[in-house]
Amino acid sequence: MTDISRRKLISTGLAAAAGITSLGVAAGLAKKYGLLPPDCGGIWGVGETLNYASYRLLTNHSMAREFARSEISDKPLANEMPPLSGAFKKLQAGDFADWRITVDGLVDRPGAFSLQQLKSYPSRSQITQLACEEGWSYVAEWTGVPLSHVLKVAGIQPHAKYVVYFSIDPDWWDSIDMGDALHPQTFLAYGMNGGALPVGHGGPVRMRVPRQLGYKNVKFITHLAITDDLKKFGKGLGSASPEGGYAWYAGI
Amino acid sequence: MSAEKLIRMGEMQATPQEPVSGATRLSLSTAQPSRHSVLVRATHWITALSFLALLISGVEILISHPRFYWGENGNVLTPALFKLPIPSSRSLVPTGYGFVLPDQNGWSRYLHFQSAWFLALTGLIYVGAGLTSGHFRKNLLPHGEDVSWRALWRTIVTHSRFEQPTAAEVWSYNLLQRLSYLFVIFVLFPLIIWTGLAMSPAFTSSFPATVTLLGGRQSARTIHFFVAVSLLLFLLLHVGMVWFVGFRSRLRTMITGRIDGPQEDA
Repeated sequence: MTDISRRKLISTGLAAAAGITSLGVAAGLAKKYGLLPPDCGGIWGVGETLNYASYRLLTNHSMAREFARSEISDKPLANEMPPLSGAFKKLQAGDFADWRITVDGLVDRPGAFSLQQLKSYPSRSQITQLACEEGWSYVAEWTGVPLSHVLKVAGIQPHAKYVVYFSIDPDWWDSIDMGDALHPQTFLAYGMNGGALPVGHGGPVRMRVPRQLGYKNVKFITHLAITDDLKKFGKGLGSASPEGGYAWYAGI
Repeated sequence: MSAEKLIRMGEMQATPQEPVSGATRLSLSTAQPSRHSVLVRATHWITALSFLALLISGVEILISHPRFYWGENGNVLTPALFKLPIPSSRSLVPTGYGFVLPDQNGWSRYLHFQSAWFLALTGLIYVGAGLTSGHFRKNLLPHGEDVSWRALWRTIVTHSRFEQPTAAEVWSYNLLQRLSYLFVIFVLFPLIIWTGLAMSPAFTSSFPATVTLLGGRQSARTIHFFVAVSLLLFLLLHVGMVWFVGFRSRLRTMITGRIDGPQEDA
């Protein structure tokens, strides 16, 4: 072995060791500051962590783009859905008067909210874009109650870290961190374009998270669980999306 | 090729050696300097692998909605700017095909962003090093008498005649190479990263101008597609040219940095 190639070997080895060490330090810091998404393990962990950590560092307090009333799409697309259950149809027949959203976990006052209760809180409207990860999009006006208001009414505890939300469809649930949960544009939406939220769009009530893609906007919300540990839910990956192969964080 | 030109070629390369003719240099098999620096070779191959992964995953994402629009909005209920005549992985999309492909968007999106991170960070290292080391100035910016329409025409003619490069040209980039590499590095790659980020609802919440400047989310997606097609055309042309001048020897040079004896490239 010549001198040059030995020197090269040593310097390459040192560079590799430095690289691995700094990766380890970065991972430790990311964990300490809550920058690791629940699906950070596995082969896609690096990209997913960089996506989520960048959002946390760059965009935590930013507002999703809002549009003028004239920009509302006249053809908002309600995506395909699995057929609705008998339980849903029964509630629909009663005009959703018996629809309840139960709230439990890290709250002082667990309980259930009816649609009437949600509508009695100060309502907010936003004209924002819903973009599907497939590539299509539309702009609509959503009306609802900010999730932060419901969490305040329920008495959210200071060590809460995530809000897990469940659809009436048992296979459909997701979660967001407190940055998104307390964000002023995150709604429990019950109205769309001036009317009641149509069933095709998740009526009577859907989660609206405009800084993330369509699939985080779960339809037919029946249950909110406030937690500091996503490992307790499903396979511990944060939502049904990673269990189906999709990223938990959908801001991109 | 004139002796004067050979000497000029010698001056262009990044190595600190005295300029010597290509023929002399090729005979110095043990003492010869690297044709490409370690940094150029490493970033080239990381970029190549990342780009391939982005291409495959990009196509997979595309087939879930092979329709394009302009402006902010577009979906199957609105008219398309144009559609690709391919089947889709969603039954919602009317394609004219009687079947629906399996959904591959989950791993495709994971892979797309992971490779995008690798490509962007590698690109930052490459551009940062290229600016400080003088790689762009010495090896990619056209020099002296090359900066003329006549010189451009001359290289176009030699390319269109499929003339093999001279021994000296093996040690440098010709004008067309320089211009196309600069275009890919400083126009196409920045544009594809920009249009990609312009589709992120989180990124555009912080930097809304990145999408409004392009005319909206669907415009960004359409431009992203065309830039990707341009990069694919560049890749095909690039690999085609490497094939033409000697695939195995050029591949070896891009991996080891060494140029083999002249018989390889003849």
